Amino acid sequence: MASSIPFSEYSLVLIVLLLVIGLYGMMVKQNYMKKIIGMTIFQTAIYLLYVQGAAKAGATIPVRSVAFGTDAASYINPLPQVIVLTAIVVGVATTGVALSLMLQIQRRYGTLEEPEVLNQMRDSA
Amino acid sequence: MSQIPVLIPTILLLTALIALLVGLKNARAGHAVSLLGMVIALLLSLGGLRALLMGGGEPLRYAMGNWLPPIGIEFVLDHLAAYMTVLISFLGMLVLVFAPRAMARETPGREGLAWPAMVLLVAGLNGMCLTGDVFNLYVFLEIAALSAYALLAIGDRAAPVASLRYLLVGAVAGGFYLIGVAFLYFSTGTLNMADLHARLPELIENRAILSGAVFIILGLAIKMALFPFHFWLPDVYTKAPSAVVGIVAPVMTKVSAYAIIRLFLDVFPPGFFTDILPMASTIGWMSAGGILFGSILAVSQQDYRRMLAYSSVGQVAYVGIGIGMANPVGMIGGLLHILNHALMKACLFLVGGAIRYRTGRTQIPDFAGLGKTMPWTMAAFVVGALAMVGIPPTAGFFSKWYLLLGALEAGNLWWFGVIMISSLLTAIYFFRVVETLYRDPAPDAAQVEGGVGGGEAPASMLIPILILGGGILVAGLMNVVIVNALLQRVVAPMAG
Repeated sequence: MASSIPFSEYSLVLIVLLLVIGLYGMMVKQNYMKKIIGMTIFQTAIYLLYVQGAAKAGATIPVRSVAFGTDAASYINPLPQVIVLTAIVVGVATTGVALSLMLQIQRRYGTLEEPEVLNQMRDSA
Repeated sequence: MSQIPVLIPTILLLTALIALLVGLKNARAGHAVSLLGMVIALLLSLGGLRALLMGGGEPLRYAMGNWLPPIGIEFVLDHLAAYMTVLISFLGMLVLVFAPRAMARETPGREGLAWPAMVLLVAGLNGMCLTGDVFNLYVFLEIAALSAYALLAIGDRAAPVASLRYLLVGAVAGGFYLIGVAFLYFSTGTLNMADLHARLPELIENRAILSGAVFIILGLAIKMALFPFHFWLPDVYTKAPSAVVGIVAPVMTKVSAYAIIRLFLDVFPPGFFTDILPMASTIGWMSAGGILFGSILAVSQQDYRRMLAYSSVGQVAYVGIGIGMANPVGMIGGLLHILNHALMKACLFLVGGAIRYRTGRTQIPDFAGLGKTMPWTMAAFVVGALAMVGIPPTAGFFSKWYLLLGALEAGNLWWFGVIMISSLLTAIYFFRVVETLYRDPAPDAAQVEGGVGGGEAPASMLIPILILGGGILVAGLMNVVIVNALLQRVVAPMAG
């Protein structure tokens, strides 16, 4: 009975777990650095969702080889991986912008703790 | 195959790169390059619109790298895309004309990097409207969002905080959209919108499709600042430089609304969001909440920009409520409101920027007497305010008229009432400002420092404001032409 759950469902559980951890970090943690770490975990979970969807048992990389012939079923689908590559680039850019904004906040307020920043904003207003 | 659909975003992307390299040495030259790129983009979108109408309404298509869809990425300029790109390019150009003086006053020394980011923002928004591929839409959405985060962070001391919070929310929204695309892709094996439209009807009860649709709509609803996901918006709009808000506020949330409309009409089968997944009415009720919430909070604001920000929460929800009605008339009202509200909000935010440039003031009680010193700017403000309330013949009246007809057709008197009440509230918060403007300043009023002084706004600010003010009237008088030539064709899939 234990083997009745196919492999992909385990990976989906892992992905959901990562998604929730990432969202938790972004919403509950008070430190901006930790929020950005949460964002990165959240994005990574989405990359994994695409990668696991493309996985295929017994298939090889999508470069034509003599051993695997011309049957499409023996090659994995390259498109989700291309999507993930693009999404990683977008994710890196997002992290970069987030880090530079964080740097500005650190310079202007001297802290990265959200409650302290909000306190200072309220005092100056 | 026509080149126009792909040329609009490509030229803008190229312009951003050149403007960045030029702008590092000389900000003024960078601005000239950016403006040139925007003008070319506007001419191309007008050319696309003309070719579309002359060619009998057949969409212009371009296949990237000659890979024919559904395998390759396709750019499609149809009626809806033409409508949006003309609007976005037009506003982008006007705001870029307006921007140099405002930016030099509010945030000196940052312009060289601001112009390429502004061009990139317009490129991303145009790309979102032109692409025929759901994943490509995500990429353009992030291009637009990333340049917006950077631009919005330029403003006041607190601007980076507001921008970072927006970034975190935006990252979740983009992530949800991407998860939804994964569900759609793994169920259908395609990312092309037309191909999805052909394949989805047989999978209509599939649970993966249903949850994918929910994720996508949820992500776009956050981006669109649909109540109760609006929480990021007021701070962002209040802290950013006036010129940046002048382009972000009118079009950014609307383009996400456009993406929802595109999914409703051209990707998911007709009736999917009403009969199988009650998403239309959900969006409608959320919008009804947003209209009331935004209008009520706008009434109590003292800061002009914050008042407009809450008003934006309410006004973008008009588009949402038009989607929610799920009938052609309501949808036309929502689509027309995208154009009308973009013109009005751009006009009002630029007026705020001109006031800040001349006097350094942002609080409404300090505006007393401006009606005399800046008569032309204030005339444009009054036109914008009347349009927001919905008084004929300004543009705002006609979109509300279609929305009210749509609410009646949907048989939903609650929504009808919400639109009426919100018009009253809008009248309250705008007439309060108008009254202050034409009142004499109190003799003991505190002097506000920070403006350059002087009377009327300079020409580079006044001309865009007047064009927008005139545009509101023209869009109102031309509404029958716009509806008949473009929007009737857009909503044709709903009529069946």
